[in-house]
Amino acid sequence: MKIAVCVKQIPDPATPYGLDPETHLVQRPEDQVLDDTDRYGIEVALQLAEASEGSVVLVSMSPAGTLQGIRQALAMGADEAVVVSDPALRGSDALVTARVLAAAIRRLDADVVIAGTESTDGYSGVVPQQVAELLDLPALTFARRVEATGDGIRIERQTTTGYDVVEAPLPVLISVTAAAVEPRYPTFKGIMQAKSKTVEQPTVGDLGLTPDEVGLKGSGQRVIEVRPAPARSAGTKVVDDGEAHLAIVEALEKAKVI
Amino acid sequence: MKTLVFAEGTPAGPSASSLELLAKAREVGDPSVFFAGEGSDATWAALGAHGATTVHHLEIGDSLPAAGAAASMAALIELEAPDLVLFGLNPTDRDTAGRLSARLGVPLISNAVEIDTSKTPITVTNEILGGTTLVETEFTAGSPHLVVVRPKSFIATEVGGGTPTVTAAPPTGDGPAMSARVVERHEEASTGPKLTEADVIVSGGRGMGAPENFEIIERLARRLGAAVGATRAVVDAGWVPYSMQVGQTGKTVKPNVYIACGISGAMQHLVGMKDSSVIIAINKDEEAPIFGVADLGVVGDVHKVLPKLLEALGE
Repeated sequence: MKIAVCVKQIPDPATPYGLDPETHLVQRPEDQVLDDTDRYGIEVALQLAEASEGSVVLVSMSPAGTLQGIRQALAMGADEAVVVSDPALRGSDALVTARVLAAAIRRLDADVVIAGTESTDGYSGVVPQQVAELLDLPALTFARRVEATGDGIRIERQTTTGYDVVEAPLPVLISVTAAAVEPRYPTFKGIMQAKSKTVEQPTVGDLGLTPDEVGLKGSGQRVIEVRPAPARSAGTKVVDDGEAHLAIVEALEKAKVI
Repeated sequence: MKTLVFAEGTPAGPSASSLELLAKAREVGDPSVFFAGEGSDATWAALGAHGATTVHHLEIGDSLPAAGAAASMAALIELEAPDLVLFGLNPTDRDTAGRLSARLGVPLISNAVEIDTSKTPITVTNEILGGTTLVETEFTAGSPHLVVVRPKSFIATEVGGGTPTVTAAPPTGDGPAMSARVVERHEEASTGPKLTEADVIVSGGRGMGAPENFEIIERLARRLGAAVGATRAVVDAGWVPYSMQVGQTGKTVKPNVYIACGISGAMQHLVGMKDSSVIIAINKDEEAPIFGVADLGVVGDVHKVLPKLLEALGE
């Protein structure tokens, strides 16, 4: 089984970041890391590949050409990576991102495409579905459990009231939630091997797209203003000296709950 | 302005988000609904009561709805040319919105909390960085404008409209994308009030320490007639079901009182609960971000404070 996993490098959430006041784009510091939510997709991919003697290729895009996060993903055990690297990608919206990823995946002839449900930094939450539509694939989304059925994939799909069991034949796209698996940690050997694994870095031109079709120019939306939300101020803080529960009782009485 | 609202059929009727979106669509003018699922007279009446004048109905059988719904909606959009198409944030809403965007080649703005249709072009506001920052985005591409709206951004209200005209939505066609099938459905029954409708919510996070410690949260909730919520970390760890998750990837709640027990206040959680009227937080770490939004912050050990609270409440 050949599996493609969509992954994203994001600013390290431990490092404060904001928006560029002029361009309104996310300021992307040098210390890019693998989006934590992608570890679940990689783990699902590795398990499916291990059971079928298959392979796992990472697919990503990187306006700045950084690869730190990709190396982290390769260290978990993925075989190789395709990272579309082109400054023209800066400012791409969800649909443009999906077009670029779909163009990269199309060349791979994958049986299964896996993605997280949404990225931690942009969280538009629609890129996997857009990729599926562009590639004319069924999409088994919001999976909290994934299993191969021989000629297809079966998942447990989260719904608003519980879960559904959903099946589709290959080729198929799956979006996975954090409930699906427990991601493995990279081993020292994995980290060493990651350094020598193949990372192809095509430009948008190599994928048959023009710079005008991607980035800010290719996106049909533009941020016009960024402003602070009306702040909710902190109220009273009490340190529990054994009697703090009485303050809670008082607050509940005031709110007419009791 | 013509607006089309996506509605998924649920066992309880039209999705809650579709009724919220109809409130906005009504304000903009001339709302119609694309309904995917099993319809009934009660469902049509509910949609009509919330202001829908036309319902385009797609029967989906055991198909996973999104691929067929997107194909049918694309055909409908060609005929009706709506300016604005609105979706909720439920899984099927997101699936359909994403597919429709790709199919039509038009952009989509997600996580909207406000839509300003008085501006040309339309602008959409969403929240980032845990709700601390608002971003206003305009569509530079032509219509239809597709928007995915966060729950509770608009308030569902009945306006006493009559039964809408119900017509069959355009056929879905066929293709590999439509081959996903639902083979089993499972409802996860919960007791007490629903999280999204509850007046009071008691929520637990990692600070509860272990799954069995959630019992005291449930006892407090029972005493207060409250619903039980949880953070993503606790749901991911398998302590409680996903249906209890409050936050960016879970439910958005706006109760009268929200009691956060052992919750540090990660951005992902704050987004889902910061609009509660009164927030009470109990946490050991006095630097926890939750104290930045709490009306009453108790710096203390939940395992000591909660038993005393229950005792004081005469449980």
